[in-house]
Amino acid sequence: MALNRDFIGRAFPPSEPYEVSRVKIKEFAEAIGDPNPVYRDREAAKAAGHPDVIAPPTFPIVISLSGADLFDPELGLNFAMVVHGEQRFEYQRPLRAGDVVVTEGTVAAIRSIGRNERLDIRTVITTVEGEHVCTAHNVLIERGA
Amino acid sequence: MTATVKYDEVEVGQEIPARTYPVRRVDLVKYAGASGDFNPIHWNETFAKSVGLPDIIAHGMFTMAEAGRFVTDWAGDPGAVVDYGVRFSSMVVVPDDDSAEIVISGKIEEKLDDNAVVVALTARSAGEKVLTRAKATVRLA
Repeated sequence: MALNRDFIGRAFPPSEPYEVSRVKIKEFAEAIGDPNPVYRDREAAKAAGHPDVIAPPTFPIVISLSGADLFDPELGLNFAMVVHGEQRFEYQRPLRAGDVVVTEGTVAAIRSIGRNERLDIRTVITTVEGEHVCTAHNVLIERGA
Repeated sequence: MTATVKYDEVEVGQEIPARTYPVRRVDLVKYAGASGDFNPIHWNETFAKSVGLPDIIAHGMFTMAEAGRFVTDWAGDPGAVVDYGVRFSSMVVVPDDDSAEIVISGKIEEKLDDNAVVVALTARSAGEKVLTRAKATVRLA
């Protein structure tokens, strides 16, 4: 089904603040099978020049769509048909334990590709102190029936 | 940031040797929990087949994470990654016999300013390219 083009350029309200914890980073690192000590051991992270344990590069996916209401019926997205098309992260620095961040999502583009609909969401991740940490680009593809 | 690979010692065209990462169903269950993506196509074989998939498939983000690990293990510090993007081009099928694997390799595609390089990544599973346009920009020592 065609997505509602009125959503192009729409900014979603900022998410609730999310606190990045050492426990969550460790859980994520375990789940991807990565034994790197900078994800678990504060001293190892400090030795590598970081103030605390850092998160793996793909960790921001945990929060990147938290502020975007993709279930808004006006948008018309059928989740049963959605696949992840592309993903990109631009980092100012790694997320780290102790960060409290807010995400702000924008519908960057909607277009048709053959029978599929392509939805581009850009999400800016900022600490509550106002430091820009990462920008995430999610591309979702709604497969045509 | 303390990448261990030195910018001056890296050349365009240089290959980063392939590594193989196993994908078992328990890995996807753990990834579902850690990421919050509980889509049943990643853990319920009956459901996956009912929507036309050959079997359970891995989360695309799991594959992206493994390719990210390949880059950070090479560079020496995950904090050295300044940009990382992929396109999901095919599925990683994960049968019940723990036989699924993702094979990742890399090549230095470009040297940029500020000690940064672009690493082009190749990820294959069961012979299919599962990522395309996969590139990480990494700031080296």
